[in-house]
Amino acid sequence: MDPAVPAIGSSLPRVDGVAKVTGRARYLDDLDAAGAWHGATVRSKTAFGVLEAIDLDPAFDWSQVVVATAADIPGANVIALIEDDQPALVKIGQRVMHVDEAIALVAAPTRALAFEAAKHITPRVRAMTPVYSLEDALACKQPLYKDTNVFKQFLIRKGHEADAELDAAFARAAQVIEGTYDTSPQEQMYIEPQAMMAEWRDGRCFIVGSMQCPYYVHKAMKALLGCGPDGVVITQSVTGGGFGGKEEYPSMLAAHVAVLAAKAKRAVKIVYDRDEDIAATTKRHPCRTHHRLAVDAAGEILAVDIDVVMDGGAYLTLSPVVLSRGVLHAAGPYRCPVVRVRGRVVATNHPPHGAFRGFGAPQTTFAYERQMQKLAIARGEDPLALRKRLALRSGDTTATGQLLGFSVGTDEVIAAIEGVAGTAPTRDGTGPTGAPVRRGRGVCFYFHGAGFTGSGEQRLAGRATIALTTAGTFEVRSSSTDIGQGSITMFTQIAAGALGVDASLVSVIDPSTANVPDSGPTVASRTCMVVGSLVDQGSRALAGQLQTWAAENGLGGRPLLEIAKARSAHGELTHTVQYEPPPGIEWNDTTYTGSAYPVYGWAACLVDVSVDLDTYEVTIDRCVQAVDVGKAINPSIVKGQIEGGTLQALGWAVLENVVYKDGKVANANMTNCIVPTFADAPDLETILVEVPYPFGPSGAKGVGEIPMDGPAAAVANAVENALGVAFDRLPISPEAIAATKSQWSPS
Amino acid sequence: MTSYLRPRDLEEAVVARAAYPNWMVLAGGTDLMVNANHKPIPGGILDLWRLGEIGFIRVGDGAIAIGAGTTWHEVERHPAIRDRLLPLALAAREIGALQIQSRGTLGGNIGTSSPVGDSLPVLLALDATIEVASVRGRRSIPYSTWCTGYRTSLLASDELIVAAHIPLPGAGTWTTWRKVGTRRAQSISKVMGAAAIILDGGTVVSARVALGAVADRPIRITAVEDAVRGLSLARAAEAARAAVRTSIQPIDDIRSTSVYRREVAENLVARFFTSAAGVS
Repeated sequence: MDPAVPAIGSSLPRVDGVAKVTGRARYLDDLDAAGAWHGATVRSKTAFGVLEAIDLDPAFDWSQVVVATAADIPGANVIALIEDDQPALVKIGQRVMHVDEAIALVAAPTRALAFEAAKHITPRVRAMTPVYSLEDALACKQPLYKDTNVFKQFLIRKGHEADAELDAAFARAAQVIEGTYDTSPQEQMYIEPQAMMAEWRDGRCFIVGSMQCPYYVHKAMKALLGCGPDGVVITQSVTGGGFGGKEEYPSMLAAHVAVLAAKAKRAVKIVYDRDEDIAATTKRHPCRTHHRLAVDAAGEILAVDIDVVMDGGAYLTLSPVVLSRGVLHAAGPYRCPVVRVRGRVVATNHPPHGAFRGFGAPQTTFAYERQMQKLAIARGEDPLALRKRLALRSGDTTATGQLLGFSVGTDEVIAAIEGVAGTAPTRDGTGPTGAPVRRGRGVCFYFHGAGFTGSGEQRLAGRATIALTTAGTFEVRSSSTDIGQGSITMFTQIAAGALGVDASLVSVIDPSTANVPDSGPTVASRTCMVVGSLVDQGSRALAGQLQTWAAENGLGGRPLLEIAKARSAHGELTHTVQYEPPPGIEWNDTTYTGSAYPVYGWAACLVDVSVDLDTYEVTIDRCVQAVDVGKAINPSIVKGQIEGGTLQALGWAVLENVVYKDGKVANANMTNCIVPTFADAPDLETILVEVPYPFGPSGAKGVGEIPMDGPAAAVANAVENALGVAFDRLPISPEAIAATKSQWSPS
Repeated sequence: MTSYLRPRDLEEAVVARAAYPNWMVLAGGTDLMVNANHKPIPGGILDLWRLGEIGFIRVGDGAIAIGAGTTWHEVERHPAIRDRLLPLALAAREIGALQIQSRGTLGGNIGTSSPVGDSLPVLLALDATIEVASVRGRRSIPYSTWCTGYRTSLLASDELIVAAHIPLPGAGTWTTWRKVGTRRAQSISKVMGAAAIILDGGTVVSARVALGAVADRPIRITAVEDAVRGLSLARAAEAARAAVRTSIQPIDDIRSTSVYRREVAENLVARFFTSAAGVS
């Protein structure tokens, strides 16, 4: 092997790093677009009602701008995704379903004029009684979706067929732990707001923008524009973060710029203002989980019974899939013979909730890890020892009856935490300001299914291409986007490693539906594990093809680079690989049984906190995460993923929140919709554990989402340990802590 | 269109201020940039940024004078302020991020007069005097009387803030400050407070105690000041706690609750007294 070949497991510097830190990387708003106009969106101020008219202020000079409404949409007025219930623009006579829903569009030569013009357009809406709470949605006095308000429901049963058997298991219990857990909506707060540009050339629409999933946008635009696959080209621009927020929502902006560009007969771009972005785009689903846990006298779990209800918001969007991941993780990584999980996601008049790192699992993880904490307290058992005693291992079955075999890192991640835990902090002390503090320690243990749920990967049948270009270099062509997580570097490393060439000879091309195959969306912790595996296989196959060609052309035995150089003179050579599921993966979508995921990541987390008794603020003094990632292709990037996900989880635990008031985001600005700063972050300790997945590239499995799932429960467990009061609702704000003061354990 | 004027000196500035009393007085621009998204663009801007006559820190025998155009970064870095007016240096360090501290000014904070202005309780506790100028001449206003309501003050429409004069606390005076924000940095205050406690051994001779973010303006808590005179620090802490409880009516808003603000205000003020015990 060439000594310059970057080894798998080495921290190759980020391929895109220098361009990003020097400001050379050009995001959508930086792109040259001579003559491009700017778009602005007219939004509803009403949460629920019927759009009766769209009034244009007669005093405004409309000659300088272009206005578009639902009537200008050439194809179907839907954001095609799972179900076609969400319009791109509300049509007159149709229902407005949430505040800040898009009703009309304006394009103008300057952004200021576009925003000014938008202020002179007034939607006239006949208001109806909105639905905001889970209770009202379920009671369904006001149907928003079909006649139930339930977008999707699931029922998982293990070890029983009828409820009576479940009841019998609970009747045998020596102890039942029961609780209700509420988790809050969360804003992704990617650094680059949503941004998109469209231009029509020769009857085709070219759309470029900030996005995770070019082919999701492509699918939506085919429907909206009423065109075939070649009628629209979607290209990802350099993207400043997504976290799920640019999974489904970019199709909305794409629809808007496409319609405006057609009407304005020129390129039109829309770059959301930050406040607009927070107000109008998707958030993490708020969720209420009721959890009952039955144990016998020896502390073995007899049964769990879980009921999950999520607020889907006004349209279905991705809610069924979010709920699916939520219920599939709800029973946790623990041995349990009898499981019932019920899940519902309901319609309300909140803006639609959507994808966010973890995708339903953080919500239900919070619930089961609070339950395990309560069980440990009730039994007087060490919390980590309890988890170790009950955890799933190879040979056990999950809630869906999946028999675990390879790559179960339970013992390794727990041992890693035990190894560094040290002595728990002394409960009572004094903080740096002289205020008394209460300290506590919390742990959690959790898992996260990597890749799409059930048969999703088979249905997607993702593809990736490795090409030898005519320049004698190699290209990775996939629709997986680098949104800041480092996938370009990871793909480079995998391809260079598999080909045995220097990383500088490999490039990962910018994803465009014109020049990359559909590798599936950039979601579900699947980019490295699934698409990386395709890149690995494709690179090896291409190297094989080159060796065969060399043998046939008298170059056998020469170095690959020399062969590649010779072969490139004859034109491009490509190899495309399509995903094949690993053997033994069987999933029943009707009964929700079988292999929910091809493999799981496993993690344990330890958190030490101190609570300032003057201000009731929680300080995270220490946070250790041990995460089984299968194999860290690039340890520096993997640690970055874990640290970022951990801080996002710590923020969700103690300070982040999206506050709705009358259906509107009441804190739609960065001043009040806060995320942690470095001053709020502890030194994050990350321990990489590698229990290889035989079907991932070099053993790698998913890492993107897992760090988000566990830390919030660990924080709640630590605060409970400090104060002696249970915290079952997020965020654990200073205000929430102050309100429990009378219940604290005595000093 | 917005008119813009950048005077060469203070004399030109006060003439312009008299001529255009409705123009926005711009110091570092940190309010203007926030307002740009939410409020009408002002008809005119009088830009005092880096105007030499209001950009100074002068250390005198009994007081430090800080020009209105002094940035928070300059306040925070000044050795005499750190040495003698530590709460002001600490407050300066908590105002936004370094970029904001490099643009935002003392005069801007005083002029905007927000109930959550981070330096304002410190100016109350340290008993600052504000010097203002106009074409009519100069006058000094005790900062304790400066704030007249929500973002309103005694500053006349033709006046400009020149400086804050802050008396140097004596040897027996314990000064302190604490901000409680929505997070650890770059946050808007939920509650903040400052105190200057004049001690004779372990006994409180007198005290000035101020709170921010608990009323429509930064306020001195005179009930505390009255209650603690002559008490030991431990008893003063409890008397102060009780006095705070009955003297503020904070509000619920997007950042916090009335209950929380009241409770934390009590705790902070009580802590000001107990923490003074270590130094007396």
